[in-house]
Amino acid sequence: MINPAIYIRDLSVSYGEVNALIGANLDLPEGKVVGLVGMNGSGKSTLFKAIMGMVKARSGEIKVFGEDPVLSRQKGSVAYVPQSEEIDWTFPISVRDVVLMGRFGKMGSTRRASPQDHAAVRDALAKVELTEYSNRQIGQLSGGQRKRAFLARAIAQEARILLLDEPFSGVDKKSEATIIRLIKTLASQGATVLVSTHDLLTLPQLADESILLMRRVLMHDTTQKVLQPNNLALAFGIDVLARGDDT
Amino acid sequence: MNLIDFILEPLSYDFMIRALITTLVAAIVGAVLSTWLVLIGWSLMGDAVSHAVLPGVVIAYVLDVPFAIGAAFFGFLAVILIGVVRDTSRVKEDAAIGIVFTTLFALGLVLISITPSQTDLGHIVFGNLLGVSWADVTQVIVLGAFILGVLIYKRKDFTLFAFDPIHARAIGLNPKLIGAVLLALLALTSVVALQAVGVILVVAMLIIPGATAYLLTDKFSKMLVIAPVMAAIAAVGGVYLSYYLDTASGGMVVLSQGAMFAFVYLFSPRQGIIGKRISAIIHAKRQVQSPRQDVS
Repeated sequence: MINPAIYIRDLSVSYGEVNALIGANLDLPEGKVVGLVGMNGSGKSTLFKAIMGMVKARSGEIKVFGEDPVLSRQKGSVAYVPQSEEIDWTFPISVRDVVLMGRFGKMGSTRRASPQDHAAVRDALAKVELTEYSNRQIGQLSGGQRKRAFLARAIAQEARILLLDEPFSGVDKKSEATIIRLIKTLASQGATVLVSTHDLLTLPQLADESILLMRRVLMHDTTQKVLQPNNLALAFGIDVLARGDDT
Repeated sequence: MNLIDFILEPLSYDFMIRALITTLVAAIVGAVLSTWLVLIGWSLMGDAVSHAVLPGVVIAYVLDVPFAIGAAFFGFLAVILIGVVRDTSRVKEDAAIGIVFTTLFALGLVLISITPSQTDLGHIVFGNLLGVSWADVTQVIVLGAFILGVLIYKRKDFTLFAFDPIHARAIGLNPKLIGAVLLALLALTSVVALQAVGVILVVAMLIIPGATAYLLTDKFSKMLVIAPVMAAIAAVGGVYLSYYLDTASGGMVVLSQGAMFAFVYLFSPRQGIIGKRISAIIHAKRQVQSPRQDVS
């Protein structure tokens, strides 16, 4: 691989005594959807934070487009779509204003939106099929619509790397299909999309390759290979796919 | 007495004009700031900082420097100490806040007791709205204009910080800096508001208007208008009531704000305990009267 979008070598991150990530090595290419699979506490959030330059490495190296992740973050290269639990859904803000926040990094110090910003927001809302809901308060949307609204914010941001934290939890089938289609389109346009998910049944339709994480990178291969039961047993200690709907 | 006399009589006194200006500025500035404090969940922090500024104000008085400097210093000291106690012991944040602000407030009380002064520094604690001088009014207006200017200029960053600080960081903003600016403005607003209602009641002006507006709208831009307008009405109403009822003016202002919150809490069409039911009944009646709307 010539120029990986994300380059990680021997990366270790710890919080006090707790080692959250140990000796991770990864090369993530541009224009790919990559699944991130692992239990709670396996270091998925820490990996996201490292890519956004929000945690200090105890040792090792991480580069985003060849530069320090703090620099790439300041350029707005990385968009983050949070888990539902991280957001206050009673916040008095409209769907349009949430998406407009994706453009803040490109605006002046008063964050006054230009016609281009408004056009980008309209375009992003249309892509996620939320145009008619744009004036609604964000909490009035369904689970799937909320996820699509935050995906629209990432689209409006025009980031080259998208980090999606559990985009399918609490999401209806229609939204799931829309989200999968959008993620694939974004990747085909050159974006690197890293998706952390427990939804192993959806992953093969979505991700070309996947990472199996258990504080260490246990495996980074095609999604098909990563999802083989013996590999999942390594990360989860159980035969996850055999549990059917419970997954 | 007719209505015009009722309104004009207190204005024939200079001290009442000063009191009204001071309360209006304090109420409006506090209300605008309170919209963010309520949404971030910093009400308790507002309580802490507004109490913790007391020793700073007393020391500033002794050193003959502007109150704002001493207040800002002790406001930040309180925030830092709260963080240190929370992060370096098993004590949780609410306890850390309680320990730090009461200790600093107590330090302020002790300093007042040993500071010889011509003016009664006890007024800082309970407020002395009817005793403010024109110099105080000038300081309140200058400080209030500065705070309001910063809040309005950076309002979108503050809103982003309140809603999603991780995204703020992801797009290259500095949430820690935004938070620090808000805390500094909180300390300065305490200085403005303590002139009106005293240190003890400042926190009311930093919570009630924002919380009241929050029950009335789903749009933050509307909160930014509703909160100061309601706070201003309560401020003027409180001062007039205190004049005619001969009661403590600071207490009356806060009591008016509290009464306004109670009314909205009960009767807000969307969020009010009774108002929601009334809205539902009206809606049901309309549907019965025009059932064809259902079909469309």
